[in-house]
Amino acid sequence: MTNTQPHTSKLHELAYDATNQCIQCGYCLPSCPTYISMGQESASPRGRINLVKAAAEGKIDVTKDLAEPIDLCLGCRACETACPVNVPYAHILESAKEVITENEQEAGKTAKIKRLTLQHVFTNSNLMRMGGNFIWLYQVTGVQKVAAKMGLLDKFSPAMAALEHVMPTVERPGKRPTRGTWLRAYGTTTATVSFFTGCISDAVMNKTNRRSVELLRTVGCDVYIPKTQNCCGALHSHQGDHKTAVTLAKENIEAFEEVQTDYIVNNAGGCGASLQEYEHLLTNEDSNWQKRARLFSARNKDISEILVDCSPLPFKKNGPAVVTYQPSCHLTNVQKVTEAPRQLLKQIPGTQFVEMGQSDTCCASGGIYNLLHHEEANKILDHKMDFARATKAQVMIMSNPGCLLQMRLGIKRAGLDEEMEGMHLVDLLAELCDIP
Amino acid sequence: MENWQIEQLHTLFPSERFFTSTADLYSYSFDASFGEYIPEVICQPLHVEEISTVVKKANEWKVPIYPRGSATSLSGGPLPVKGGIVLDMSQMKDTLTIDQENMIATVSPGVLTADIHRAAEEVGLFYPPDPSSALISTIGGNLLENSSGPKGLKYGTTKEYVIGLEVVTPTGEIVKTGGKTVKNVTGFDLTRLIVGSEGLLGIVTEATLRLIPKPQAQKTLLATFHSPVDCGKAITEVLRHGVLPAAMELMDNACIRAVEHFQPSGLPIDAGALLILEVDGTDVSTENEIGHCQTICEHAGAISVQVANNEEERAAIWKARKMVSPAVTELGPTKISEDATVPRGKIPEMMERLQEIRERYQLNLVVFGHAGDGNLHPNIITDKRNTEEMKRVEDAVSDIFETAVELGGTLSGEHGIGLLKAPYLEMEYGTAGVNLMKSIKHAWDPNHVLNPGKMFAEEGQTKVVLT
Repeated sequence: MTNTQPHTSKLHELAYDATNQCIQCGYCLPSCPTYISMGQESASPRGRINLVKAAAEGKIDVTKDLAEPIDLCLGCRACETACPVNVPYAHILESAKEVITENEQEAGKTAKIKRLTLQHVFTNSNLMRMGGNFIWLYQVTGVQKVAAKMGLLDKFSPAMAALEHVMPTVERPGKRPTRGTWLRAYGTTTATVSFFTGCISDAVMNKTNRRSVELLRTVGCDVYIPKTQNCCGALHSHQGDHKTAVTLAKENIEAFEEVQTDYIVNNAGGCGASLQEYEHLLTNEDSNWQKRARLFSARNKDISEILVDCSPLPFKKNGPAVVTYQPSCHLTNVQKVTEAPRQLLKQIPGTQFVEMGQSDTCCASGGIYNLLHHEEANKILDHKMDFARATKAQVMIMSNPGCLLQMRLGIKRAGLDEEMEGMHLVDLLAELCDIP
Repeated sequence: MENWQIEQLHTLFPSERFFTSTADLYSYSFDASFGEYIPEVICQPLHVEEISTVVKKANEWKVPIYPRGSATSLSGGPLPVKGGIVLDMSQMKDTLTIDQENMIATVSPGVLTADIHRAAEEVGLFYPPDPSSALISTIGGNLLENSSGPKGLKYGTTKEYVIGLEVVTPTGEIVKTGGKTVKNVTGFDLTRLIVGSEGLLGIVTEATLRLIPKPQAQKTLLATFHSPVDCGKAITEVLRHGVLPAAMELMDNACIRAVEHFQPSGLPIDAGALLILEVDGTDVSTENEIGHCQTICEHAGAISVQVANNEEERAAIWKARKMVSPAVTELGPTKISEDATVPRGKIPEMMERLQEIRERYQLNLVVFGHAGDGNLHPNIITDKRNTEEMKRVEDAVSDIFETAVELGGTLSGEHGIGLLKAPYLEMEYGTAGVNLMKSIKHAWDPNHVLNPGKMFAEEGQTKVVLT
């Protein structure tokens, strides 16, 4: 175990104290989607914390023993909400990922190339936007249909293929809202907001982004979209690339300081959570950066919070008979926004909101988890769909792009695509307010 | 264990229910108490026959076998102290049937206690035992440890609700005890012997539980007192006036301070004791009873008495109690949770003696617990990496045990003897008493394969060891 010594001591330094805060009571177990589906202790938060501790003590090997159980964690952080003693699970998880990643890179492991590639694509916003444009081209030119017929993607990656089938229609690049200028409120201005586009959303859900901006303007917000903003860094943190996450955070803080507004608004629960935690991310930076991070996070809001404050929305038509809601875990467990999206859904005329059983457990999208751990993710997803079916909803609402794709996949897998549609909260609200 | 034995076991279980990787062995090496004991293999049985076969193999090979529920034990019940096989019972959870007509529940051992609560309540019935870990603990673990929770005074403990069992004996036989009737005097009461046997006498594979009608209403109050003695007086008076509260939770001054420090909510930090009292019954009876209790607390010299007028206020009162766990972690990362229990009348004296122990050993000792049934939870908050302090903790824990027994109480009200308290069993039962228990164990488990190393002290083990 001598070759892992530096990693052991780094892990010890990063997370050992935090692992010792766990009193092993097990309260986290029923909240953990991977424990529920896999049924073994090493797939539970308590088990993982204990393994990180054992690795930090040098009792087990970082790569051989720790990597897999850590890799299988969705990072949904429901365990943090369940924990009676506030163990900083995300910190332990990310520390472990950082050390595991470093160890793999040094050892020149090729098995993880898939992850590294994904990491590279998702974390480069230009690449992502370009990718989005390609998807648009791919969709409008009919190549999609040909490719689907030939099952090209199915051969390349079944996980990717599954998601490809549920991808929303991407808009023509020219329709993206302009960056770097004020988009004024329609009517009296009640607040000024900066809009955070996100990288994946910006690429493949640009329609939802445009509608978000339009909804905000409709309810009286002056909207500004800072030009130099970047990916929030969540995917980097989740994959153990702490350094890049810090760089991206600093770039975003700078970008959003350029024009001072009341709030920084996003429509993706996962990104929002990451923005919310910039202060924690920058704990090792100087006090000036920490202060800037604190001010940044204080302005951070999920779009549902703003819309509720400005409600009632100007609905123009009745909604579907029944809607249900699958919350984003990070919106719930990190940003602690649980009521606002539900309140908005309850305001829709002609619509009954039905709470889905176990809606608080993760859908197993987990960033790019469903691409890395296809089988495990599907098991969790299919379990969730039993509850979804019982709601008899025509529309299932999500508040994060990853969850949206995943739940659309779930609807398809459950054979419910005739009866149920998966939509982003913003898209349903916009449609009912006649925003195209 | 030999490799061929592990391979042979593997033929009985599919790979998704059979674990031998290092990560898995470490993941089944602990519970919520102390110590790390690495097993050699983990099996997740789903059927009684699988368990019977494994236990017979264990006897043939003289390999120890350790049943485990959710591993929330605070006494080391499931720890595989001698290696061998861990039998993870948590996945054996397919049966949870409520028989409304006969008011009984039939459950698999891996069913979570809270799921039984929910299922019973859905049809207007009630399973009263509610250990604080009910959301996560398995009923199998609850039965074998006879763990109960705050409702013991009014509703009795877990064993009062178990009327029938299916068990695999330590030699691998499948046996049914009791039945589906509340009254049953046929043969020895094996059910009662197995409940609370800490997994030394059998592995529960199915249980029949008695349910009662669900009380319609609850009323709750929070009272603070200058001293535990005043609080003790109030408790005695409440009972003397014929009110039997469903819960009476007590917190000492150190607890109150910790909670206030963690999240200020206006609790008086100079109060010597805090009492949360809850009555249940009908709308009318609870209204009357809580009024009585309020007056009695005031007469006993309470500093403040606050009755919850609605569900929100009731939740706020219970929050003070629920805050204890997170609050005390501010004092240190390691929590040693004891459950020494004394006759109710001795609570004020026990509280004073605990205070002395706190000062003698200079430790963060906080006390809370179920005042109605004398079941206190002295918790020492420390850091297990501080060996010097841990030595003092060991002495303090010994003192707590001795004091409880001296006051006519017991080592354990609901956590069990397990590993940590084994050296003290003789203090409470005497040599003859312990020998009687050992002879029962030997008669049932001649090869000593089922959960060995628990309840009875090992040679030379004379006191609690935490370091």
